[in-house]
Amino acid sequence: MSQIFAQGLVCPLDKNNVDTDQIIPKQFLTSVSRDGFAEAMFYDWRYLADGSPNPEFVINKPEYQGAGILLTRANFGCGSSREHAPWAIQQYGFNVIIAESFADIFFNNSVNNAMLLIQLSKTNIDLLFNRCQQGPQHWQIDLASQEIMFGNNAAMGFNIDADIKQRLLSGLDFIGSSEQLNPQIADYEQSRKASQPWLG
Amino acid sequence: MSQATSKAQTLYHKIYASHVVGKLNPGTDLLYVDRHLIHEVTSPQAFSGLKLANRKVRRPDLTFATMDHNVSTQRRSIDAAGETSRKQLEALAANCGENRIPLLDLTHPDQGIVHVIGPEQGLTQPGMIIVCGDSHTSTHGAFGALAFGIGTSEVEHVLATQTLPQQPAKTLKVEISGELSVHVTPKDVIMAVIGKLGTAGGNGCVAEFSGSAIRAMSMEGRMTLCNMSIEMGAKAGLIAPDQITFDYIKGKAHAPEAQHWDAAVQYWQSLYSDADAVFDQVVEIDAATITPQITWGTNPEQVIAVDQSVPAPDSFSDATKREAAIRALAYMGLEPGQKLTDCKVDVVFIGSCTNSRIEDLRAAASVVQGQKVAAGVRALVVPGSGVVKRQAEAEGLAGIFKDAGFEWREPGCSMCLGMNDDRVEAGQRCASTSNRNFEGRQGRGARTHLVSPAMAAAAAIAGKFVNIAAVNEQGDRA
Repeated sequence: MSQIFAQGLVCPLDKNNVDTDQIIPKQFLTSVSRDGFAEAMFYDWRYLADGSPNPEFVINKPEYQGAGILLTRANFGCGSSREHAPWAIQQYGFNVIIAESFADIFFNNSVNNAMLLIQLSKTNIDLLFNRCQQGPQHWQIDLASQEIMFGNNAAMGFNIDADIKQRLLSGLDFIGSSEQLNPQIADYEQSRKASQPWLG
Repeated sequence: MSQATSKAQTLYHKIYASHVVGKLNPGTDLLYVDRHLIHEVTSPQAFSGLKLANRKVRRPDLTFATMDHNVSTQRRSIDAAGETSRKQLEALAANCGENRIPLLDLTHPDQGIVHVIGPEQGLTQPGMIIVCGDSHTSTHGAFGALAFGIGTSEVEHVLATQTLPQQPAKTLKVEISGELSVHVTPKDVIMAVIGKLGTAGGNGCVAEFSGSAIRAMSMEGRMTLCNMSIEMGAKAGLIAPDQITFDYIKGKAHAPEAQHWDAAVQYWQSLYSDADAVFDQVVEIDAATITPQITWGTNPEQVIAVDQSVPAPDSFSDATKREAAIRALAYMGLEPGQKLTDCKVDVVFIGSCTNSRIEDLRAAASVVQGQKVAAGVRALVVPGSGVVKRQAEAEGLAGIFKDAGFEWREPGCSMCLGMNDDRVEAGQRCASTSNRNFEGRQGRGARTHLVSPAMAAAAAIAGKFVNIAAVNEQGDRA
């Protein structure tokens, strides 16, 4: 079985511990909308103090324009729970992030926006960064077979939680699937009220 | 799972098991949420989503809102922190009004930071599952509640169903035994733990703190500890409740009513990790080895004892930590080998959900008493809530701060993240009692050093960082 989840140019962001304050600084969090965050992504790294693009930052380099896969290192998305972080990354155009590890809340937030987060060993992440050093990379991500395909029949496998894989493949409604348990929720509320009336 | 082979359970597993509504998928449970705390920044899109899907808030009575992240701390007015902040605050008020959700708005005398007011109002109780669209929700774990931060999609999910899909986390026990030195605070303890385990050391884990040093801590101290467990990546911090917990809750506005109190306490007394419960990871720390801490870098694991020198990048054997140190030193404007006690500070911030409670303000005021803020230093104290503010004023703490030259502010998140107009300017060095020293967190180019309230207060007086332990030894404790 094969199902291409995403394909495209890879942008290598060679940093550990990229926190959500870096992914989207606080001044953009006063919005009441879910849209319009693409320009704010990595704002302090991406733009110089005068507002012009920082030519040194990898996202701004000509060879990575139009990238759809973000490659990075350990503990990506640490810090605040702001879902504006995955919104900004997705709205910029990345639907897949490959890293050595992710912070838990960021991981959940991304999955809830139907993004694919791939976690690999440090050795494999090093191999992927080495590939990027050879020139711009275009990869395909096959979610069904759990493979990153480099072309020329070369590929690297990845693990993913079975429930998350199912959700991404079927596009299940996050709230809708829980609502199917509404009768159980009502039962739980009744027994909770009986056994722990102080909870309300 | 460890509990499959043994009847003994950790506190985390007990709380998890008692909240399972049903199974969503083979590896995913649907858990019931007892308290849902919301604020202006991470909720507007959730309410829009509900409306779009024609869903209602299932349990407005279990939902509780406050205004904190981007309120002005200069004056209590909804339009005092700018146009976009005003719109967001108005959206929260409108959403709460439409859905009958109780809200502590800026006109309410008890308004404050969500993680200060939850416990203060008695909303936080042992054994609960508590969620909030804020990573520092881990604070409430101090009461033996399973409390964790969620994103906006999850906020919408909880509003609609009062439940959340979850998979069991791993468990980490941090046992801190022995007695803390007089000048060592819970803030120093958690910073030392993060320094030891790293910013990702708790990823995927619920961290339970135990041991005699934890038992001896007040609720305020336990909250500081659990608050920063997210800074080592832990999903939640957890401390088994005891008499100190019960005494704190008793009499609070939303505490169990008199007729249920005994039953509640009886239940709470069952909330501990069984003696032979198996944790996935155990870390043991001797309390006596912990000294006053200060961060030197741009993440909370880049921390040293205040009398140590700033480390050289070469001292890190791990290549990525070495590179992170090089970047951090450049951003912070520091040299390897430098003593932070030789470093001047420009700004001092005493506040945030980590350290804005009455005990924190008492500790800071006892250092400040009768002295003046050093020339050229801007120092502010931002109490965590209206309740804290009134108490500090009644105890004379506010007067001590104001006489010394501190700004005495209205409650809010303030300069911890600078969403309002409280910012640290580029290149300025700030002694901050908050929780994150990330690049740009307190303002673009701002240089944040995380410290305890007493250390922050001492820095304000001296105009540079000081070793609070040394000051105390020379002072009245000598």
